[in-house]
Amino acid sequence: MTEKELKRVDTLAYEARRKVIEMAAHGGCYIGSSLSCIDLIAYIYSNFINTNPNNITDEGRDYFLLSKGHAVPALYGIFSELGFINESRLKNHLSTDDFIYWHPNTNIPGVEFHSGSLGHILSVAMGIAYDCKLKNLANKIVVMLGDGELDEGSVWEGILAASSLKLYNLIIVIDRNHFQANIETEKLSMLEPLEDKFRAFLYNVYRTDGHEFSKLHDTFCKVSKAKDRMNIIIADTVRGKGLPSLENQANKWFANISPFEEEKLLSELKTVREKINNKSK
Amino acid sequence: MNYEQFLEELLENDDRYIVMTSENRSAIRNLPDKIGGKFIDTGISEMTQLGMAAGLSLRGRIPVTHALSAFLTMRSFEFIRTDIGIPNLPVKMVGSFSGLLSEANGPTHQALEDISLMRGIPNVKVFCPADESDMMIGIESVLKSSSPYYIRYNDRKPIYRHSQDFAEGKAEIISDVNYVTILTYGIMFNEALEVKHLLGRHGIKAGLINFRTLKPVDEEIIINSLKKSTLTVIIEDHFTTGGLFSIVAEISLRRKKTGDIMTFSFDEKWFKPGLFKDILIYEEMTPLAISEKIYRKLDKKL
Repeated sequence: MTEKELKRVDTLAYEARRKVIEMAAHGGCYIGSSLSCIDLIAYIYSNFINTNPNNITDEGRDYFLLSKGHAVPALYGIFSELGFINESRLKNHLSTDDFIYWHPNTNIPGVEFHSGSLGHILSVAMGIAYDCKLKNLANKIVVMLGDGELDEGSVWEGILAASSLKLYNLIIVIDRNHFQANIETEKLSMLEPLEDKFRAFLYNVYRTDGHEFSKLHDTFCKVSKAKDRMNIIIADTVRGKGLPSLENQANKWFANISPFEEEKLLSELKTVREKINNKSK
Repeated sequence: MNYEQFLEELLENDDRYIVMTSENRSAIRNLPDKIGGKFIDTGISEMTQLGMAAGLSLRGRIPVTHALSAFLTMRSFEFIRTDIGIPNLPVKMVGSFSGLLSEANGPTHQALEDISLMRGIPNVKVFCPADESDMMIGIESVLKSSSPYYIRYNDRKPIYRHSQDFAEGKAEIISDVNYVTILTYGIMFNEALEVKHLLGRHGIKAGLINFRTLKPVDEEIIINSLKKSTLTVIIEDHFTTGGLFSIVAEISLRRKKTGDIMTFSFDEKWFKPGLFKDILIYEEMTPLAISEKIYRKLDKKL
């Protein structure tokens, strides 16, 4: 990954985070869940898939599907930065005059399918992957699931069937932020040892830091080369990442913040980033 | 031509079609060898099948999905509602062994609410052919529809020569609205036809209407029956709630037309498992039992 690429994706994630905070101040949103996967989505759009505002209806485009639909502010933040939607539209957050609500929907350019009910989109992505495979297309299909979403039985049905159908063009990414709603995953339904579970289904399993772009890059490069089995990436992430005052807090799944908090969080975000940048210099 | 042969020919002529199942191959047993990659079996996983069908459909495919009605409409209900109904994708959902056709399997397998569930989803249409011949008359139009469709698969042998004139929302009029009018669909059609004959033998003129599609439904024929018949009889292998009885009730209220109605359906109960003929006897739904009840009801009115 070049310095230029790194800077680009880092800036994309930073600007998108600002948008998430702004949406949280316009009626509230699932901020904790959005900030855990925002680096992953930023990386996927800027470095891994070839999907942009000009090719969103092309037959051979790459696909990204967000199964944990409540993290949609992360997606919209990135969409507005990449030109899928006009930034001004985000001001319509929760307005009935627009379609920017708490879950993704196809009225927003770039959203491939609506989601919200957990445990659905793996199978939808499998259908897309099956058709692309049947047509011998070389495109990539990426589906992101939340770790809490793994409680759903339909996910495991899909995990089993995808492998049997040899849908190796499909890449599954788990946002392992260790929380589901306002509870720690391990205190509710124990997911670990998670890697072993997928290995038992004969998947190639990659575990990585979900916030460090160079590590993400290494992982996704490996996945691109592995075509012998299903591939799954477990990205360890931090709920509320980028805002230490919110990080890893069970009650910060959803937040409806005041304009004062908005200012405070935007400034916190900036300070954290400056500190990291100064360190790396 | 049977259903399986029809699908094979359809796939040969139209690249968009895909045949899917969740390990229920009874009606499509020979297809895997013939259509290769166009046949997808997800294993016993109805949710995955229907979710995948949505994904395939997003890519321009027209998946024809198969499962036992009970599991297709109930196990994967939310996938149909959310992933197919909301975006109005043209997925076809073929449910087998619905209603009485589950015979001796027991209540776990009895789809007696499938029509209620499927018609309750906006955009989803419902096709309930009377027998194999009626199914083959309507199947092409249904599979080529741009709507999602639930198909109550019915391969009972026909005893009646059905009209080749099929149009969704248009009922087949076997004999027009009369003193008694029988409204029916699907598996109970042959029995309803027999009821009509039995009543006729005793001087009671009966009309018989075969509702090929229940959504959209032929509203005018229902209003006509309510207006002109002394008694409107509904015969269905479905719960009383949500099926044709409910459809008639909804239309009656909306159009402010009512009349005497008698229904033969399953009221808050599952049926006694057994072979088809024995179920009819046990549940007092043989043509003779139904005819006698109608006769008595009319007798009281006279």
